[in-house]
Amino acid sequence: MVEVRIHGRGGQGVVTAAELLSVAAFAEGRHAQAFPSFGSERTGAPVVAFCRIAGSVIRSREPVVRPDALIIQDATLLHQVDVFAGLNPDGYLLINSSHDFDELGLGEFVRGLRRERMSVVPATELAMKHLGRPVPNAALLGGFAALTGLVQLRSVVSAIAGRFAGPAGDGNVAAATAAYGFVRAQRKEPVRAQAD
Amino acid sequence: MLRQIEGSRAVAEAVALCRPEVICAYPISPQTHIVEGLAELVKAGELTPCEFVNVESEFAAMSVAIGASAAGARAYTATASQGLLYMTEAVFNASGLGLPIVMTVANRAIGAPINIWNDHSDSMALRDAGWIQLHAETNQEAADLHVQAFRIAEELSTPVMVCMDGFVLTHAWEQVDTPSQEQVDAFLPPFEPRQVVDPAAPSSIGAMVGPEAFTEVRYLAHARLMEALDLVPDVADRFAETFGRNSGGLIHAYRTEDAETIVIALGSVLGTIKDTVDELREHGMRIGVLGITCFRPFPTEAVRHAVEHSRRVVVLERAFEPGVGGIVTQNVRSATPGTRIHTVVAGLGGRAITKESLTGLFRDAVADRLPPLRFLDLNRSLIDRELGRLAADRRSGPTAENILRDLGAVASRIG
Repeated sequence: MVEVRIHGRGGQGVVTAAELLSVAAFAEGRHAQAFPSFGSERTGAPVVAFCRIAGSVIRSREPVVRPDALIIQDATLLHQVDVFAGLNPDGYLLINSSHDFDELGLGEFVRGLRRERMSVVPATELAMKHLGRPVPNAALLGGFAALTGLVQLRSVVSAIAGRFAGPAGDGNVAAATAAYGFVRAQRKEPVRAQAD
Repeated sequence: MLRQIEGSRAVAEAVALCRPEVICAYPISPQTHIVEGLAELVKAGELTPCEFVNVESEFAAMSVAIGASAAGARAYTATASQGLLYMTEAVFNASGLGLPIVMTVANRAIGAPINIWNDHSDSMALRDAGWIQLHAETNQEAADLHVQAFRIAEELSTPVMVCMDGFVLTHAWEQVDTPSQEQVDAFLPPFEPRQVVDPAAPSSIGAMVGPEAFTEVRYLAHARLMEALDLVPDVADRFAETFGRNSGGLIHAYRTEDAETIVIALGSVLGTIKDTVDELREHGMRIGVLGITCFRPFPTEAVRHAVEHSRRVVVLERAFEPGVGGIVTQNVRSATPGTRIHTVVAGLGGRAITKESLTGLFRDAVADRLPPLRFLDLNRSLIDRELGRLAADRRSGPTAENILRDLGAVASRIG
């Protein structure tokens, strides 16, 4: 089982990202469970959502306390929330930012982790370019597919298209595809994660 | 068809397949997505004929359901928490009149302090309202229980409450096998009311009954509920024949046959408990789980049969009776008076129930370190600080605000 935790702020589509990731995994024949933490339901407030992906039925419903993968939708959370709590040392880390890890003040931190499983992607910029709105969730899922190989880009695209119709769907698909290409270009070949 | 879908959506679609003719609802979290989904289906013409009535309160929602059911319509509503309490008088009326209304309760805590998160305080507060109460463990079961609920309700002419954990199930996306209209039509016959307000044959429903017959009317309502102890498993069996999967029934036992310790719980926490139990079994602990699906009527015989061979029972309660202790515990104790029973109050107001906490709890139980009543993961230092304030200062102020101040920002917490 792979456990994913997504951090962001109210209004950034954190909960939707977890749901779409579960739909993408389901489309590939796996079991998936997505659920939100429901802290403060206010725009801008820290929000957490979870997604588990496995080859068999998922029964546990506790929050993801030891994530195998983290998606940080808003880098300003790094100084407010203990977003790395419980992160598996072999885990994946994807941050939405136009800065690199050193500039984010995480240079030291990521040196303790597996560098090939870390990535920064300017998802908000890509969303602005392709969608016209600063909602980075779909782009990050494209980046996540490229970073982890846990789900295929086409599954992410079909999940997005199934959720959003018209220009919103097209824009989010374009942003996800661009983010996928961005992360792919950062690395020679994607490392494939095991979802048992 | 197997789909990855939100729990609320799965329930809305299952309810729609049951062809309700009147749906009346007032929005309240975490139930709202269910009736929003139904409203969309009615508006799109996919659920027809059906009257969707936007009412001004939960009291009105249940009152409209009562009127609709008395007029012979299949009636459905959904609520949670304060909404359920607000309709309480009408909830008792629905069962007293013997009207087969089906209602979803998206279980949520009750204020004060105000809290939107999940526990079982709401439906437990109405456990004596004369309704059948069924608890779902997963979203598949939540969807399936609604299809069964209409059949049970209408066969007995008694209302049924389907309880599903708010947020934990209602807002969770997982795979659900959603049935087809043909399957549901084959399973659920059209509503044949036992009593109906009909202009062609005028009669009244809701007579005043004095001491000469009140006991007898009440006794018959009790007898109907006791009949449900046979009907609920029977409907679950027939459901399995039609749909090919097990959902509902009175209880679900898991690895209890040789268990010295049996954990009893209701609802979605059973999954986390089962995972914990599997891990402890690998370390040689003889522990099992008993899920109670049907809480009202209480399946006394089935529970006794399932746990009487064990050395101890741990009842994990998602609500409690202040000044007394566990609610489920008292029912279990009356079923099996010779068994040692520990009550654990857990997951109040949405506090996460983790495998780590459960592991420690079950180890304590097996080592006989568990007191008769424990509150899981209780933050003792917060309590001691407030007790200190109460002792030091007459005007110590509101407890909830004091404790939140001690705690600092909570928005940054993950669990």
